[in-house]
Amino acid sequence: MKGAGLMRSRLGGFNWVLGAALAALTGAAQALSQPWQLNMTEGVTETSRTVYGIHMLAFYVCCVIGFLVFGAMIVAMFKFRKSRGAVAATWSHNTIAEIIWTVVPIAILIALAWPATTVMIGMAHTEESQMTVKVTGYQWKWGYDYINLGDKPYHVHFISRLDPQSDKTRQLKSGLDPFAVKQGNDQTYLLDVDHPLVLPTDTKIRFVVTGDDVIHAWWVPELGWKQDAIPGIINDAWTNIHDPGIYRGQCAELCGQDHGFMPIVVKAVPMAEFQKWLDEQEAAYAKANAPLAAPAPAIPTPAAPPVATGASAVPTAL
Amino acid sequence: MAIHAAAHYADHAQDDHHNHKPHGFFNRWVFSTNHKDIGTLYLIFAFIMACVGAAFSGVIRTELMKPGLQFVQPYFFNQMTTMHALVMIFGAIMPAFVGLANWMIPLQIGAPDMALPRMNNWSFWILPFAFTILLSTLFMPGGAPAGGWTMYPPLAIQGGNSVAFLVFSVHLMGISSIMGAINIIATILNMRAPGMDLLKMPIFVWSWLITAFLLIAVMPVLAGAVTMLLTDKYFGTSFFNAAGGGDPVMFQHIFWFFGHPEVYIMILPAFGIVSEIIPTFSRKPLFGYQAMVFAIASIAFLSFIVWGHHMFTVGMPLGGELYFMYATMLIAVPTGVKVFNWVSTMWGGSMSFETPMLWAISFVILFTIGGFSGLMLALVPADFQYQDTYFVVAHFHYVLVTGALFAIIGAIYYWWPKWTGRMYNETWAKVHFWWSMVFVNVLFFPQHFLGLAGMPRRIPDYNVAFADWNLVSTIGAYGMFLTPIMMFLILRRSLKSGAPATMHVWEGTHGLEWTVPSPAPFHTFETPPVIHDEDLAHGDITH
Repeated sequence: MKGAGLMRSRLGGFNWVLGAALAALTGAAQALSQPWQLNMTEGVTETSRTVYGIHMLAFYVCCVIGFLVFGAMIVAMFKFRKSRGAVAATWSHNTIAEIIWTVVPIAILIALAWPATTVMIGMAHTEESQMTVKVTGYQWKWGYDYINLGDKPYHVHFISRLDPQSDKTRQLKSGLDPFAVKQGNDQTYLLDVDHPLVLPTDTKIRFVVTGDDVIHAWWVPELGWKQDAIPGIINDAWTNIHDPGIYRGQCAELCGQDHGFMPIVVKAVPMAEFQKWLDEQEAAYAKANAPLAAPAPAIPTPAAPPVATGASAVPTAL
Repeated sequence: MAIHAAAHYADHAQDDHHNHKPHGFFNRWVFSTNHKDIGTLYLIFAFIMACVGAAFSGVIRTELMKPGLQFVQPYFFNQMTTMHALVMIFGAIMPAFVGLANWMIPLQIGAPDMALPRMNNWSFWILPFAFTILLSTLFMPGGAPAGGWTMYPPLAIQGGNSVAFLVFSVHLMGISSIMGAINIIATILNMRAPGMDLLKMPIFVWSWLITAFLLIAVMPVLAGAVTMLLTDKYFGTSFFNAAGGGDPVMFQHIFWFFGHPEVYIMILPAFGIVSEIIPTFSRKPLFGYQAMVFAIASIAFLSFIVWGHHMFTVGMPLGGELYFMYATMLIAVPTGVKVFNWVSTMWGGSMSFETPMLWAISFVILFTIGGFSGLMLALVPADFQYQDTYFVVAHFHYVLVTGALFAIIGAIYYWWPKWTGRMYNETWAKVHFWWSMVFVNVLFFPQHFLGLAGMPRRIPDYNVAFADWNLVSTIGAYGMFLTPIMMFLILRRSLKSGAPATMHVWEGTHGLEWTVPSPAPFHTFETPPVIHDEDLAHGDITH
């Protein structure tokens, strides 16, 4: 982190130094991308870690092939220069070499396809989930419906949209500093919402994903996949989050002018805490007796910036 | 044989001073049926469109220089990403390749002109109109198309009436491409000089023969897709409207059935160019000529059966995803064969590094890097993370800029002395190359990191964690914006005061185009040349 801060201040200019220094001092939460980040996140689910493993395996395979091919080119460029007196050979065939570089890549591809296939079969297995959440993409916000937990049906529904502070800052020529948009220590510019999706840890959660107007895509990198949210089609996917925490993502399919401004925040909490929260929401729903009504405390909150992570960002505090 | 040809042209020039060129600017260029003039028109048009497309990317990279919106509204940003892609793909890369085909195919197969010269004129002159229509939408109420060049409904038809203009201009581009492709196929199959067997043709001709079939196969598919968009928007049909019983995903299937062959339309001629340049400057025959032809044909075939890999996140059934993953991975095999063959051509050669060779070598290296990210993208579980991020943006710019565009620039430097009869300043041309080589990587390599770190594509603003690499990328873009100016100045100076080029131009050249004088006379091969196999690059396929 300190290194990143230094590099940025050397680049100088703008209002970056302050933000970088703060980031360097405090460190950022695991779930946020880091400045100068080079690689994919390992994520917080078993699936996301195997996905990361396949990504790295493919990367290393490419590195080895690249080393051989580019190495051969570089050697050739030094060794077979006309200026060094090289005389051109006249051969233009070598059957054995051609067979080798056709067969060996096939073997490498099989070695890559095998683990990928295994992971895909696992990722497609959305059955036997313990709960279901319906995700709906709207221009330009996300709707969440808690369908069931175990055998019990729920009616909790809310809309999740960009947090007010980011929204003010992102207006054209707002003059506001994106580095100043924070949740605690996290620089959450464009990656924070008013109402995060609260989920339990260590639970197999099935998502049914659809779109209301145009195609969106629901993507939280820490979960290891994205899924298109298409009007008229219901896709499904699943996750099982190990670590409690806050995980941030964005819409990943061009959906119009505010495509860049409909983030996703998942707040993963232990099951007991989740159960308590969900029952409160359900009670509030029953009280309001209208499937779409938001619980009363949520109404005044959007205007005020969230005070602490998550506290005011869910329909009622945890 | 070469000497005879030169003598023939010298005699011809003496008793034919006007050289058959039409009199007057209008007659010569607007009514042109000459393959060389039409080739020149295509190349000039492509250069202008490349500059327009670069200007759009200038807006994109300037807005993305730092977080926060400083210059443009998000909707205008989306217009820029959409128009940048449409202009670069259909206005710059494809016409540039057609221009090279017009110039070089008749010269390389010993034909006097293209088979259908008037259609050739028409297929070019449609393009300025198509792009005037497309670009005019920028000045219309509601602005230009902003739903991405992929035009996915329902978003694409939410736009204003720019949709109708977009559809019409795509139809025009399609007509132009199909006519160009018919012309190329007719020329290659019917007008080769006696003795120029198919398996003696230069690889560039082969690559274009195959590309032309791809064009004829898929441009009508695109036309159908956009026509359905049009009727969905204006005539109440529901091809892609779920509420009316249609399917938005069907558009993606149709679009990418066109779209994947389309990306190979933009790379196969580049393979051909590089397969011409590397043997010349290695002074050694191309390694595995037949394997190269077969590899291009295999890649072309595979391009029709892998479209689903653009759509791994739409929710295809597991079986479909597995099939598209396996089929896509297979492309690595013929592509690998090509790369290995280029390296083997260099191995044991007697290399020199004139400017065209530098572009060709950088093509092999950087295109291969684009191929590596392509292989990674083929793996479905990893693609669930990469899809629609800057990792994809980095990938396709490595194959389209350092792939297709670098090959085009290399081809221009390679054949320029043959076209104009003048050499260019080698030092400045090398400055152009090294400048491009550095800044193109500063521009696109960090986009891999941005995508892996979680930055989606097609967004005008981003979290502050992505600020640093975006700034680096923008610096690279600004460096690249100087390269068309450099190239223009180098070529203009060459035209005015370049040293005269010899007939062979480069030491290691083989093939018919090097048997005509430099500059190539207005009419060449009016009588078919007598083919001597030893003069051809691939005259003796058994060696």
